[in-house]
Amino acid sequence: MAALDLEPDPDRRPLTIASTAERGAIRRRWFLTAPALLVLILAASGPLLIVLAYSFLKAGAYGGVVWEFSGEAWFKVVFQRDIFDGTMSYADAHLSILWRSIKLSFLTTILAVALGFPTAYFIATRPPRTRNLWMFLITIPFWTNLLIRTFAIMEVIRNEGIVNTVLMSLGIIDEPIQMMYTNFAIALGMVYVYLPLMVLPIYASMEKLDFRLVEAGYDLYATRIRVFTRVIIPLVKPGIVAGFILVFIPALGAYVTPRILGGGKNMMLGNLIELQFGQGRNWPLGAALSITLLAIVMIALIVYVRGTRRAAGDHG
Amino acid sequence: MARGARLRRPFSIKRQPGFTAIALFCFFALYAPIIVLVVYSFNSGNSIAVWEGFSWRWYRSAWENDLVIEAATRSLIIALCASLAATTLATMAALGTTRTRPYRGLTVVYALINQPLMVPEIVTGVALLIFFALIKVATGYTGLLYLITAHTAFCIPFAYLPIRARLEGMDLALETAAADLYATPWRAFRRVTLPLLWPGIMAGGVLAFVISLDDVVITELVKSAGQETLPTYMLGQLRRVITPEINAISSVLLAISVLIVSVFFAFSRKGD
Repeated sequence: MAALDLEPDPDRRPLTIASTAERGAIRRRWFLTAPALLVLILAASGPLLIVLAYSFLKAGAYGGVVWEFSGEAWFKVVFQRDIFDGTMSYADAHLSILWRSIKLSFLTTILAVALGFPTAYFIATRPPRTRNLWMFLITIPFWTNLLIRTFAIMEVIRNEGIVNTVLMSLGIIDEPIQMMYTNFAIALGMVYVYLPLMVLPIYASMEKLDFRLVEAGYDLYATRIRVFTRVIIPLVKPGIVAGFILVFIPALGAYVTPRILGGGKNMMLGNLIELQFGQGRNWPLGAALSITLLAIVMIALIVYVRGTRRAAGDHG
Repeated sequence: MARGARLRRPFSIKRQPGFTAIALFCFFALYAPIIVLVVYSFNSGNSIAVWEGFSWRWYRSAWENDLVIEAATRSLIIALCASLAATTLATMAALGTTRTRPYRGLTVVYALINQPLMVPEIVTGVALLIFFALIKVATGYTGLLYLITAHTAFCIPFAYLPIRARLEGMDLALETAAADLYATPWRAFRRVTLPLLWPGIMAGGVLAFVISLDDVVITELVKSAGQETLPTYMLGQLRRVITPEINAISSVLLAISVLIVSVFFAFSRKGD
């Protein structure tokens, strides 16, 4: 939604002729905007450059850095050296965490589409009076603390949690099913936490869906499946794509959910990064991993923006 | 034609098999864990799975826990300062970027404002950790200002969006009329623009407050020793034996969020 509101209006052009009054107005606008930009550059954008710089320094023995150029951190993202004979091999630990992050984020996104699409459709086909209430019910979890929601899921699936307790008291299982600290737990938690982010943009597209087109499809003897795949899906595709991005990006950088539900063994990229600034004490490696994560996110965003621009072009 | 077809049609065009079931399941699944969490905050026993009867015990225990109160106070101070600062800056920025012919650099401004929404929190957190570590070494200051600055920055887009939305829907004619009647620009702003804009500003401020209050990742990375906020305190507690005290704290935070979001909805609806 708002996060993706990057594209300038296509028919916007830079000013060519500006009168003195206009120039004064523009200067006033800059004065108004400058303080916010200053804070953002100071505490959001600027420090990213420092991260980039740090990724090329040498690690200090007790955290921090030694101010000396080194490619070691970037080398370590992908490779490792054997301590004894110095032979090189792939850094399996890092690569498997990277792979797990991508895999689980994709899985989460797919599941979120599978659940979020019917939910958005359901809301959009309610009578207008009750529609806002359903939307409110989706928005409430979206604004409640992510930590608390993750914690709620944890309480449900713990070995001593309500699911296992109920199943055991009913005699269905003899010992608790180990759900915590698995990839399953992380994926479940992320779907739970990010589902509203999928429903909101799909609903926004769905709300504008003209059901007369659906009706026309049926009138032309299209089957239900054909109407669904040839009429409904194409019309709400922008919402699905936006939802895909809105879920995939935070899932890829997730920290809280995998930390609580995955534990120390099932780390994701966010946890690996944090580890380098905590016990790992390898700031340059942490910086290089951060830049890697950022690069993947940026690639996803660029693909998205290109795609929507092309789609906009298709429809005139 | 369509009318005739509708009469003959034996099924609803809007129905998709299974969708209602999936949707209702989603609503159930979204709320059930939260409800369980709240219910067990009233458990009189030590467990978060075995119900032993109703009691306010854990709320009392949280209230009497100095660490909790201290963290909660710190959270509130940070959220108040950050949301006030972010809303002020965002209001100015919104006035500077809307209702105008696009000018050079506007795209960059949008990109900067939206940036905290796009960059993963963990990356921003790491970046601030490094940056603030440098400043700490240089100045020796280790107070709350680091957290407040960080929170202000990532709250700006959340405050900015509702304010901009409100401004874009506003009629310039009223301000032009004020100017025609010899109101000074400041007076026109104070008496015309600001009152009209107020619901947007409130909505933005409220949103920023919730976002700041709930933040875990950036706070966890940026905080100096002993600067726990409520969420980071809770995250730390999860490593230990879990008692319903955590549920009680969560329920209070939950109630605050729901209340604030309802206020937000009330403000953003106003005047529509």
